[in-house]
Amino acid sequence: MSRLSVSLPGLNMKNPILPASGCFGFGKEYAKWYDLSLLGGITIKAATLEGRFGNPTPRVAETESGMLNAIGLQNPGVKGIIENELPALEPYNIPILANIAGSTEEEYIEVTRQISASPLVSAVELNISCPNVKEGGIQFGTHYKSAADLTKKVKNVSEKPVYVKLSPNVSNITEMAEAVEEAGADGLSMINTLVGMKLDWRTGNPILANKTGGLSGPAIKPVAIRMIYEVSQKVSLPIIGMGGVSTAEDVLEMMSAGASAVAVGTANFVNPYVCPEIIEKLPELLDEIGVEQISEMTGRSLRQWKTPLSSR
Amino acid sequence: MKKHLLSITSNTEIARNIFEMKLTGPGTATMTVPGQFLHVSVGKHTSKLLRRPLSICDVDFEKEEVTLLYRAQGEGTKQLSQKQPGEIVDVLGPLGNGFFLETIDDSKTALLIGGGIGVPPLYYLGKKLREKGLKVKFILGYQSLEDSFYIEQFQEIGETIVTTVDGSFGIKGFVTDAMDQLTSDEPVIYSVGPAVMLKAVEQKAAGLNGFISLEERMGCGIGACFACVCPTENRQSGYVKICNDGPVFKMGEVVL
Repeated sequence: MSRLSVSLPGLNMKNPILPASGCFGFGKEYAKWYDLSLLGGITIKAATLEGRFGNPTPRVAETESGMLNAIGLQNPGVKGIIENELPALEPYNIPILANIAGSTEEEYIEVTRQISASPLVSAVELNISCPNVKEGGIQFGTHYKSAADLTKKVKNVSEKPVYVKLSPNVSNITEMAEAVEEAGADGLSMINTLVGMKLDWRTGNPILANKTGGLSGPAIKPVAIRMIYEVSQKVSLPIIGMGGVSTAEDVLEMMSAGASAVAVGTANFVNPYVCPEIIEKLPELLDEIGVEQISEMTGRSLRQWKTPLSSR
Repeated sequence: MKKHLLSITSNTEIARNIFEMKLTGPGTATMTVPGQFLHVSVGKHTSKLLRRPLSICDVDFEKEEVTLLYRAQGEGTKQLSQKQPGEIVDVLGPLGNGFFLETIDDSKTALLIGGGIGVPPLYYLGKKLREKGLKVKFILGYQSLEDSFYIEQFQEIGETIVTTVDGSFGIKGFVTDAMDQLTSDEPVIYSVGPAVMLKAVEQKAAGLNGFISLEERMGCGIGACFACVCPTENRQSGYVKICNDGPVFKMGEVVL
C-alpha cells in the first residue's frame, strides 16, 4: 500500500486527490495537459436525464479570492455522457465519481439507474445542492426530510455506493448529514458553493446573467473546514472534502478536519496542473510532520481536540 | 498547450487605458496561428486570481517575443498594467482555434474589421494574410481619437479606415458605416469585437465568406468549465465553447 492511498466506499484511490464536479469537464479537457492516471479519481460534470444548455452568459465572475459561477448544469444528458464521455476515461484506470442532478425524484432515480450501471463508474455523487438552477436539486438539499427521502430512493436503484453532496446554504448542515446517513448514504461530499452575488458598481447591474451564482475558491475554505469538522463529529460516514482547496497544505488541513479524500475545484482553472502538483508535494509535507500514511491525517484535529466545537 | 513563464520586455500605455505588453521566452515559438489567445496569470505565480484571456497581437520569432494589447479595465488587467520589465508572467497557451487561412483564395482581398480591444489579433492576421499574398484592408472602430491605437502599424500592412463614435478621428460612426463605402471585390471578412458589432457586421456582409472571433468571460480557458458557451444552430450539441471550439467561427455559425 502506497503511503498516499485511501479507501472509501467504491473508491480505492492511490492518492486522496480528485477534481471536483464541474471543475474538470468530463476529464478529456485536462487529458491534453497531463496523464490523468496520476489522479486518485475524477468527479465528472453533473449528469441530468436530458441534455441541458444551462444559463445565459456571462456565467462567471471573479471575486476576492474566489469566483462566482452560474453555469446551470450544462451537460449532454446521461445517455450522451455514458456513450460519448465516459469511454474516454477508461484508459486511465482510475475511479470515476459520477455527479447526478435533476429536478424531480424520478429524474434522479433514472439518472442514477443508468449511470451507476456503467462499469466505468465507481460511485455516484448525489448533487442536491446546485444553487444555480431552480431545477438543480437544491430543493432537496435544503430540507433534511426531502434529502433523506431522495437518498433512500436513489440508494434503492444504485448499483454503486452513493455520496451525497451537501449544500452549505442551510442553517444546520449537521442535521442534513445525519439525515442522509440515516437514509443509507455511503459517504458525503462537502461542501458545494455558497450563494453569492457581484454587482458592477458603475451600473448597479449584476455581473452574472443569472444574477446570483455559487461562490467557490479559497474564500470559502474556512467555511468548508468548519462544516467538515462539525459533521465528522456527528456522523461516521467518510467525507470527500472540498471548497477552496488549492495547495497540498490545504489538503492536509481538510483531512485533519475529518475528510478522507479531497476534491480540488476552482484551482484547476487557475492552474491546470494543480492536482498533480499537489499529489507530488504531499509526501514531502507528511515527512515534515512525521506522518507515514496519509489516511492517518483524517480527523487528526478531532482526536487532538476532544471537546466538540459546538460546546466550546 | 503548455504553461510558459515569460519575461516582460516592455509594458506601456499606448492609448487611454490601452497597454502594449511584450513578453519574451522560448514558449513564443509555438504561437504561430493568428486568432489564438494566451491565458495570462495577472498576479504572482501563486496568485489565486483567475487568468485573463488576451489575444495574440504579434509574434517576433527571431526575438522570441510575443505582443499582447489589453485594456486596463477591471482589477486583473489593472494589476497587469503595473507590471515592470523583467517581471515574469505565467501564461497558458497558445489556446483556442485561430483564423482559418488554408482555404482562402490568395487572389482575393481580405477585409479585416475590428472594434475597440477586439482589434489586436487582426494585426497578426493581417501580416499573415499579406505574407500569403492577399491584399488586406482594415476597418478599425474606436470610441474616440484618445482611444485609438496601432493605426500606423496597420497602415504598414494595408489600407486602413478608422471610425470613431464621436467623430474625433476618421469617419464618424461605427465600423459598419465604413463598410458602405467599400466596393466589394469578393472580400473575405474577418471580424473581431463585441457581439453587437459582430452581429451588425454579419448583417452587412450577408452572403459573403467570413470569420468572426468572439469574446466572453472565461473560467478555465481550456473547455472544462463551460462558462464561455455560445448557442449554435447547426452543431449537434447546440452550443460551442468559445475558448476551445473558438474563439474563431465561420460567420453565421453561432447565434449572436
